Amino acid sequence: MILVLVETDANGAVEVSCETITFLRRLSAEGGGVPIDAVAIGELACSPEQLASQLASYGVRDVHHATGEAFASYGGAAWAAAVQGVRQATGAVVVSAAGTPRGMEVLAHVAARTGVAMAANVVAFEGLAPFTVTRQVVGGSALEEMVLDERPAVFTVAGHAVEALPAETPAAGNLVASSPEVGAADLVARVVSSEPPPPDLSGGLKSARVVVGAGRGAGSADGFGDLLELTELLDASLGVSRVVTSLGWRPHHEQVGQTGSRISPDLYVACGISGAIQHWAGCATAKTILAVNTDAEAPMVTKAHYAVIGDLHEVVPAINEEIRRRRSAG
Amino acid sequence: MVDVLVCVKRVVDSSGEVVLTDDGQSVDGRFAGYTMSNHEECAVELAVQIASATGGTATVATLGEPEAVEQLRAALAVGCTAATHVEADPAAFGPADVARELAAVVRAHEAEGRPHDLVLLGNDAADSGDFQVGIRLAYELGRPVVNGAALVEVEDDAVVARVKSPDGRETYRVSLPAVVTVLEGGVEPRYPTVPGRMKAKKVEIEQRTPAAEPRGSKRKRLLLPPPQPSDVQVLGKGADAAPAVVDLFEKLGVLR
Ligand SMILES: Cc1cc2nc3c(=O)[nH]c(=O)nc-3n(C[C@H](O)[C@H](O)[C@H](O)COP(=O)(O)OP(=O)(O)OC[C@H]3O[C@@H](n4cnc5c(N)ncnc54)[C@H](O)[C@@H]3O)c2cc1C
Repeated sequence: MILVLVETDANGAVEVSCETITFLRRLSAEGGGVPIDAVAIGELACSPEQLASQLASYGVRDVHHATGEAFASYGGAAWAAAVQGVRQATGAVVVSAAGTPRGMEVLAHVAARTGVAMAANVVAFEGLAPFTVTRQVVGGSALEEMVLDERPAVFTVAGHAVEALPAETPAAGNLVASSPEVGAADLVARVVSSEPPPPDLSGGLKSARVVVGAGRGAGSADGFGDLLELTELLDASLGVSRVVTSLGWRPHHEQVGQTGSRISPDLYVACGISGAIQHWAGCATAKTILAVNTDAEAPMVTKAHYAVIGDLHEVVPAINEEIRRRRSAG
Repeated sequence: MVDVLVCVKRVVDSSGEVVLTDDGQSVDGRFAGYTMSNHEECAVELAVQIASATGGTATVATLGEPEAVEQLRAALAVGCTAATHVEADPAAFGPADVARELAAVVRAHEAEGRPHDLVLLGNDAADSGDFQVGIRLAYELGRPVVNGAALVEVEDDAVVARVKSPDGRETYRVSLPAVVTVLEGGVEPRYPTVPGRMKAKKVEIEQRTPAAEPRGSKRKRLLLPPPQPSDVQVLGKGADAAPAVVDLFEKLGVLR
């Protein structure tokens, strides 16, 4: 049996959890139709019945809903105890979750408690018992083939490894109540308070219609003059890569990416940014991307809709000049 | 007085192009150079801040090849005052092995009368991205663990860790001793000063050998992802492309 931890919001299972189940269905099919069960923990923002019927359409047999005081607020160890409880009760040989911070955390606890390996950010698998997984390493710039030969096989599935698709034949989606035992030690590290996100200090970066992006290609803290002018001419926000914030050229709140802001502007002008996967994670939903880069092979260029190949210190001033020229002419 | 141990890893600087070694077993750092993971730079910064706020100490530890001493010196240069190097080929050590060796360091220091109340690590390493060493270390030591903290402070005998979550900011308060893994973004790591670097050179680094044989990482090999098909439209080269770019801006309606 395959067990998957699902994360939920008011609409039911979140997209990445549905992707994970879609991924696991292939594993299940390889194994001759091994059932997939899901576990959801704590008080849910959606109705458990609605979740069960949604997961049924994704091919989930039983949805174990773990409730109790232990889950009143989130704690990695307590959640892992709940997953463990269901795993033991069902005899699952695979335990999986989406590669979100929570998915990674809970599964790492599960792996540590059971003394087995964990593979993070899996994108593919091959063979069965034991099987080899392919997972993202070096922030997605490289892949690792790793053998999972212990039981349970514990792994998280990278976001967008597959597209979330309902199953051809839905499964039962039975709602099963679960009240797992959680030891006192597992309740020590729990969220004691939570606050809404602090006010957005990024100058509207997250909601900007146009973002001018700058990476290492800017060259130095003083290399932003033309980029800032373009930002102003386009009434845009400035977004930068992590190299830029790590070098102290610009403040962290301007960072776009996995550990920065996620942006979805109509236009992203990415200047001197290589387009590493962690940066891409923050700008992939931009409607149009224009890359300005000296390297025609840079991932940002090959993934962009439009590109200019050249030194941003020549290209950007020329763009600024052209905008000013047309404005004064028009 | 809080005595912090911060654990760091020597990794290839992967901000540029990633090149693999011929045997496909690791990332080739001969040209890119080496660094410490960004999360760990923040963990070092937090360790130094906590030590200074509480009149305690910040010790840095690593498991790695002889050259990993460079990363220890980098942490010493920004305020750690002691360092431990478990010399080993990191490729042979999986996350469970590393956690066990770090636990051995904590226990050895404890036996020498210098216990670490708080252990900080990076949330995940920039190269292997295993997301589990800190959690496994906590189980080895029988201590609570908070994961992915951006800010870590000590108040009385407890560590207060703030974690960014999709819905906002979550706070944990856990009595010491504890383990916390750090995600970059909460603090800006400081740069070493010249006196800091000079001082770091003089610190004697404690050398240890692994306490047990590693079980390994279960790695078969590394590969590079296949190149993605591109349908980019190149508007031109250099400054000459400016009119085409501004035409595009007009077409998209972003020029006001
Ligand atoms: C766990 C983790 C989380 C991360 N989170 C983030 C994140 O949130 N955001 C983020 O951005 N990164 C993040 N990174 C870092 C990411 O992997 C890259 O290192 C980073 O995005 C690279 O920044 P860059 O493109 O500016 O620099 P580089 O990779 O050095 O690329 C510079 C680019 O500029 C081009 N260039 C150079 N000079 C010029 C010039 N004069 N004109 C035009 N082009 C020029 C080069 O051809 C190259 O393509 C993370 C990494 C890890 C491991």
